[in-house]
Amino acid sequence: MPLICGKIYNTYMSVLVGKNSKVIVQGFTGSEGSFHAEQMIAYGTNVVGGVTPGKGGTMHLDRPVFNTVRDAVVKADADVSIIFVPPAFAADAIMEAADAGIKVIVCITEGIPVNDMVVAKNYIATKDCRLIGPNCPGVMTPGGAKVGIMPGFIFKEGRIGIVSKSGTLTYEAVDQLTKAGLGQSTAIGIGGDPIIGTSTKEAVELLMNDPDTDAIIMIGEIGGTMEADAAYWIKEHGTKPVVGFIAGQTAPAGRRMGHAGAIVGGADDTAAAKMKIMRECGIHVVESPAQLGAMMVKALEKTIA
Amino acid sequence: MNIHEYQAKEILKKYGVAIQEGIVAESADGAVDAAKKLQEQTGTSWVVVKAQIHAGGRGKGKITGTEQRGVALAKSLDDVKTISANLIGGTLVTIQTGEAGKKVSKVLVAQDVYYPGASPTKEFYMSILLDRKEGKNVIIYSTEGGMDIEDVAHNTPELIHKEHIDPAIGLQPFQARKIAFNLGLTGEANKQMVKFVSNLYKAYIGTDSGMFEINPVLKTSDDKIIAVDAKVNFDDNGLIRHADQLALRDTSEEDPTEVEAGESNLNYVKLDGNVGCMVNGAGLAMATMDIIKLSGGDPANFLDVGGSANAKTVEAGFRIILKDPNVKAILINIFGGIVRCDRVAQGVVDAYQNIGNIPVPIIVRLQGTNAVEAKKLIDESGLKVFSAITLQEAADLVTQVLN
Repeated sequence: MPLICGKIYNTYMSVLVGKNSKVIVQGFTGSEGSFHAEQMIAYGTNVVGGVTPGKGGTMHLDRPVFNTVRDAVVKADADVSIIFVPPAFAADAIMEAADAGIKVIVCITEGIPVNDMVVAKNYIATKDCRLIGPNCPGVMTPGGAKVGIMPGFIFKEGRIGIVSKSGTLTYEAVDQLTKAGLGQSTAIGIGGDPIIGTSTKEAVELLMNDPDTDAIIMIGEIGGTMEADAAYWIKEHGTKPVVGFIAGQTAPAGRRMGHAGAIVGGADDTAAAKMKIMRECGIHVVESPAQLGAMMVKALEKTIA
Repeated sequence: MNIHEYQAKEILKKYGVAIQEGIVAESADGAVDAAKKLQEQTGTSWVVVKAQIHAGGRGKGKITGTEQRGVALAKSLDDVKTISANLIGGTLVTIQTGEAGKKVSKVLVAQDVYYPGASPTKEFYMSILLDRKEGKNVIIYSTEGGMDIEDVAHNTPELIHKEHIDPAIGLQPFQARKIAFNLGLTGEANKQMVKFVSNLYKAYIGTDSGMFEINPVLKTSDDKIIAVDAKVNFDDNGLIRHADQLALRDTSEEDPTEVEAGESNLNYVKLDGNVGCMVNGAGLAMATMDIIKLSGGDPANFLDVGGSANAKTVEAGFRIILKDPNVKAILINIFGGIVRCDRVAQGVVDAYQNIGNIPVPIIVRLQGTNAVEAKKLIDESGLKVFSAITLQEAADLVTQVLN
């Protein structure tokens, strides 16, 4: 069952977030929330307020603070939320946003207990919303809206979409693209946890259907089957070139590599196995993450030729 | 986080899961006392002595230089003493420990549960873990207990059953009954299995675990259902609300350098290559390891300094990497977002001065926020550091310094 309804595509010109998004920050008055809210506002994101239970009615960063997400939806017409709530309370914050009618929920928080996310993910499946993350850098539409923690200055408006499990590796890809003269349509950081709201396949699908995206960079990691699922989908339905990379070719089996989800469990979720499937599905796979930009240039040349 | 069998069993018991009773001991004499006490408490005549290490395959594993197995049946108190003396202080090598093995410092003296009786004993397999694809926890169980479940899955997949749990309502009685009947149990044993599964799931959720594996689950000759072995892995993220469980951590089971890195809030995994690396972000850290390999080296570690990298974390990272004598070069790869590259560069300069003579070449690649200022700082410091701007330049420098 798709978690997103058709009208969202029509409402927004870009994928997930854009100039028309009315963004609230959950955990608004905390240090992380404050810092990144300021950065988002400076980038031009339409931040209409924030939520901190008990501080409703006050102002923060010249914007209203609400006690509940529902208040923010009713009084400020919020439709996108970004969450900076501490891990023990973050799953609750996700469910509150979904229940209040927020359409796009971006959860930055790292370290949410897995069983909390199992509950939250199953709960929001019954709501009309899409969750990005948790443990992710957020969503960025250059020139439109930054709903995340990425450094805005490395991005450039353009037509390449990015899907990635990792934050700084996304920045790496963006930087290489920008330096190669290729701007970005939307970068979606889906997160490195074992349970996340939007899978690689779903994010690729959003970009594949986006008229403002010409090609896609898909960055994965060891662990799980999401990249293989996306690759098979691309083989069936893909209409745009996809450049891919899987981090962790040198990671030993059975060891967790930083991200809670980045662990090789068997023969199927190694970097080599995923890269093989991706290649077989027509994705331009690079072995070196230093070649993401160069490979995209090549892939686009082939398409035009 | 992994814990020992004896700790796992204590937790299960607290949740009403029937277990093979036992008492932990740290010396041969202690083991004899434990055996006597256990005989009084449970009426068992024989006991099983089980080495406590964080690895499976103990029954087939041997103590280095001897024929002593990691799990052994003792038919007398003299046996208990001999076996325990062999195990404690010895190094147990199993299929899961690697050649280096693991040092045994404790044994679990446990009751013999395979006693004869009205019906034959029967071993089953049961585990609870997260099914990432379904986004739900799943109970995996099989009639083929006591053996390697991966072999069972490979040879006779039809004998592996799965029961997914709806997180909103938890494990339902009908599911527990289905499991008991699928395992071929009737009468009292069936009832006991329903109770066993229900309480096992409660324990899994109550402890915020990531994996439970009970192999074997035993039906005794008098129709009890008990956990004979127990592997419990806690979800590290869940430990924020379980201080009592965090206290069960046995750091002697972990790599000492990894423990030290953890104390400095560094996410470090030791590997056996020759190029150390220090990176911000887990994905970029893995990618940097891959770059090292493609450049002709082998990564000596995974090290994510996180989103708040500063002079102090950089210095701690250096000290940890340099503990490894195999390290022939170090690659620092920072993509500054919120992290400012000039601060990291200052950290490199400070660490160099504080640590003194760093004997291996260092390649520093700083990109993103204030990268230009950072490169200037490094270049003007007079330190023998190779600086790079792009990832490819950094990769080429790795090749250069290794040759």
